[in-house]
Amino acid sequence: MLSFIGRSVVQKTITLFFVSIVSFLIIHLAPGSPSQVDPLNPKFTPEMVERFQKEFHLDKPLYVQYIYFYRDLFTGKTVSWKDNQSVLKKIWERFLNSLPLFVVGTLITWTLSFPVGIRSAIFRGGIYDRSATFISYVLISIPGFFFAYVLIILVVTYFHVPVIGMITFGIGDAPATYLFMDRIWHLLLPSMLGATGGIAVLSRYVRSQMLEVEGQDYIRTAKAKGLPPEQVHYKHALRNALLPFVTMFGLILPGLIGGSVIIESIFSWPGMGRMAYEAILARDYPVILTVNFVSAVLVLAGTFISDLLYLVVDPRIRL
Amino acid sequence: MTMVEKKLNNDFYIESPLPPKRTRMQEVRRLFGQNRLAILGLFIFILFFFCAVTGLFLTSGSRPVFDPAMVRLQEKLRPPLAKPNLDSLQPQEVPALGVYLMGTDDLGRDVFARMLQGAWVSLTVGFVAVGISVLIGIFMGGIAGYFGQHHIRTDQVLFTFALMLGTGLVIANFTFIGTVFLLLCLAYIFYSLFARHGSTEKETPALKAMFHSNAVSIDTLIMRIVDIMLCFPSFFLILTVVALLPASIYNIMIVIGLTSWMGTTRFVRAEFLSLREQDFVAAAKALGLSNFRIIFRHIMPNAIAPVLVSATIGIASAILTEAGLSFLGFGVPPPHATWGNILSNGKNFIFDAPWLTFIPGIAILIVVLSFNLFGEGLRDVMNPKLRERH
Amino acid sequence: MIDGQTTNDRPLLCVENLKVYFQSNGEHAHAVDGISFEVRKKETVCIVGESGCGKTVSALSILGLIPTPPGEIVDGQIIFSGQNLIKLDEKAMQKIRGNHISMVFQEPLTSLNPVFTIGDQIGEAVYTHKQIEPEALFQYCVQLLNDVGIPSPKQRLNDYPHQLSGGQRQRVMIAMALACDPDLIIADEPTTALDVTVQAQILALLKSIQKKRSMSVLYISHDLGVVSAIANRIYVMYAGIIVEQGNTAQIFRAARHPYTQGLLASLPSLSKRGKRLYSIPGNVPNPAYKPDGCPFHPRCRHRILSCQKEYPGMCDYGEGHLARCPVLFKSKGYKASRIQGVK
Repeated sequence: MLSFIGRSVVQKTITLFFVSIVSFLIIHLAPGSPSQVDPLNPKFTPEMVERFQKEFHLDKPLYVQYIYFYRDLFTGKTVSWKDNQSVLKKIWERFLNSLPLFVVGTLITWTLSFPVGIRSAIFRGGIYDRSATFISYVLISIPGFFFAYVLIILVVTYFHVPVIGMITFGIGDAPATYLFMDRIWHLLLPSMLGATGGIAVLSRYVRSQMLEVEGQDYIRTAKAKGLPPEQVHYKHALRNALLPFVTMFGLILPGLIGGSVIIESIFSWPGMGRMAYEAILARDYPVILTVNFVSAVLVLAGTFISDLLYLVVDPRIRL
Repeated sequence: MTMVEKKLNNDFYIESPLPPKRTRMQEVRRLFGQNRLAILGLFIFILFFFCAVTGLFLTSGSRPVFDPAMVRLQEKLRPPLAKPNLDSLQPQEVPALGVYLMGTDDLGRDVFARMLQGAWVSLTVGFVAVGISVLIGIFMGGIAGYFGQHHIRTDQVLFTFALMLGTGLVIANFTFIGTVFLLLCLAYIFYSLFARHGSTEKETPALKAMFHSNAVSIDTLIMRIVDIMLCFPSFFLILTVVALLPASIYNIMIVIGLTSWMGTTRFVRAEFLSLREQDFVAAAKALGLSNFRIIFRHIMPNAIAPVLVSATIGIASAILTEAGLSFLGFGVPPPHATWGNILSNGKNFIFDAPWLTFIPGIAILIVVLSFNLFGEGLRDVMNPKLRERH
Repeated sequence: MIDGQTTNDRPLLCVENLKVYFQSNGEHAHAVDGISFEVRKKETVCIVGESGCGKTVSALSILGLIPTPPGEIVDGQIIFSGQNLIKLDEKAMQKIRGNHISMVFQEPLTSLNPVFTIGDQIGEAVYTHKQIEPEALFQYCVQLLNDVGIPSPKQRLNDYPHQLSGGQRQRVMIAMALACDPDLIIADEPTTALDVTVQAQILALLKSIQKKRSMSVLYISHDLGVVSAIANRIYVMYAGIIVEQGNTAQIFRAARHPYTQGLLASLPSLSKRGKRLYSIPGNVPNPAYKPDGCPFHPRCRHRILSCQKEYPGMCDYGEGHLARCPVLFKSKGYKASRIQGVK
């Protein structure tokens, strides 16, 4: 077990190193320079441009810049070029905004997918299965923003639920319960939107896993023992079918930093996705690179955790 | 009653009735035919393809039948099936069929014509992007799966590094150091080509042995590259590249293709790993076939099934990605129409002219849905567990 | 018509005219086409036949384990302890499965759930049907493992299936089948997946258990050697029908159906040393495309014209020995009046 952990950590650190190099190269080798240093930008005088360049070592060769950047990253001193705030602080703030959206969306997705998928598998071919399948297909195929606008129109016209932003503008110092309810209202639509696509994909996966397990011999043995159907399906079949999903749990981690740009744009939600998007537009290198780095760390950590969980959960694998 | 003579040979044997022989194609057709949704998907796809191709012809050229670029400000935001106001229009501005089939947008352009033009773009983006990603995926996955256990020697790794470093330095104007590295690489090539490796040597000197040691297997190398690519959230990567490069339809297609080959690689590698151990590969090797021939003529046709499935679903997702990019403003530049363009344009007029949003949205939905259904149908057909055992 | 047993003559299990058809891929397969057999108390009955003759389907349909979308019990009845099992609903069947009739399957590795311990799975079989306190349950399982001859049962109860050998897994399956003291055990080729030496052990185990617990065993196999060692009575199946039935001596020494004769002739033995091995020409017919008349006629050396048209009835040779071949029946001099009606 320890050797596995050791090997994994080493491999992932090497991967991380290469990721950092690749992302650095992509950013810096792409045509176009950051708006602050663009000599054509009328807002900046040549002296300001030069000072900016010196400050951020933009005149030095690439590998030097690389070292400077990552040194700053690890000491927490990286500063955004757009508004001079500390990058880590910015990311943290936006992260806190994205977090409720992410948590609620993931909760909805996972709690709804399993019952739907399991029921589809047990009553395969029935009305429930066929309608659930069809709805899943439609949800996967619909363009996200189109669906969002349809929902917005529906919700605003008929239910008067607030949709824009995180809190109602001007709510000021309302009592805590009002604030809380207000937050929930605003959360509702964006997280549901994010969840619907996820439910469609995950429930189909659950269904196919359940179907595969239900066809195994040991399910036949369980029936032959005279076990009632609930025990056959929910004890014997489910426990085997859930194995790959426990590992998928670890892969949720990268989603923390993802945040859908589209959903956040539509709902004017000040989240991570939007921040990264704006940074890309403004060529705010520190922010882009930091977000990239953090996301890579999360992806690698997520795969590591899921490998570990797989070891723990499947008795057939013992190191 | 006569009795057949008892003989010790087997002359008495006659054939039992046999099931009708079906070729592989008929088998596929039959299995596919049972899945009605998949047939519907295929049908809609063919319809879409037809529309896209005719749309291309009908909307291009200097005097197209349906003109997507004709601006008629006086006719803006007319609803679908509205009759044009003939008094205010010049003769060449009147729409071809006498009505605005799908209304007009905020600049008075005929939405139907724009949809036709956009169909071809969506189709191209989908197919080219997926084509690129499938090619890369098959190549990488095939090599990883087939040659996986071959190792790369340390000296070869060093050689590659020196080569890359040398070229990089030369490009970055460090000509002297760069050329030194490149000369080293050249020397290495000459050495490995012409130096005699004395097979009578009893002991390889330690230095040489170290250089010839195995550094990393090809499988690990390729899988690590896949891991690195997976570390970048794909939409961000596409967004980054598309935002930084000049906007053009080719850039979008290439970028989407370059960022989505990882899944195909995994599938192909898995199939190759399992197929490589089968007897038909050993038989082919024993016959003396070259590796190339074995891979492409024997293993590949068997490995292609999951690739086809993921390719059809990939086309669907490429179309959705392009729509998303257009929504954010990074799609194909105006005035060229794509469905994503029209949709994103329409969001500003969502309460006044909902058809601008709904028509392209539903069109995208139907086309993507058809691809997904077709892909799932293919998956059921190709599923080896459901296939007849011959 | 029934030989031997005098008192208490009602058979434990009586299958009458069972028909099970499968519908898939546009083909309508008659997997079991009207078979009748019975199992009496304390006896071992074997159903013998090649792969694809419908013996596993027959066994599964007794317990109602045929997957119903493709398969369907079209006709017949299965009488067990006075009840027709086909007519029972799911809840009533659950009370019988594992409790009065239990089953041992062919592949012990895939038939055990890989994520639960042995103790868990055996205990489950007991717990579902009997009321036993948890403390007593453990001891009961230890005793079961002892009965099937697994060493150090206490440790074994905490093991997972993949940690045991093939023979041990099959013993565990047998232990699970015995857990509730059933009246009938159906064993579907339990030794086919095992080594020959282990095979012999398992057969001996089955025999001793049967004697000790006074159970009946319905043993499905394609291996005539195994059958000769344990069977009291034998039914020979071909293409979904029973072609011959009788006790072991009658079948092995006086087989009266060309198929049975062919099977016996194909067995290698010392007396055939040096001579060419015999094999029945041709192949088992596809269950969806069976020949008209007698299903064996394409491969039969005694075929006459009527074999291709008329479905043969069972011919009674007396003392419980019946064979479905009127040609051989009449050639032995028996009267046509002793042929039972056709299907």
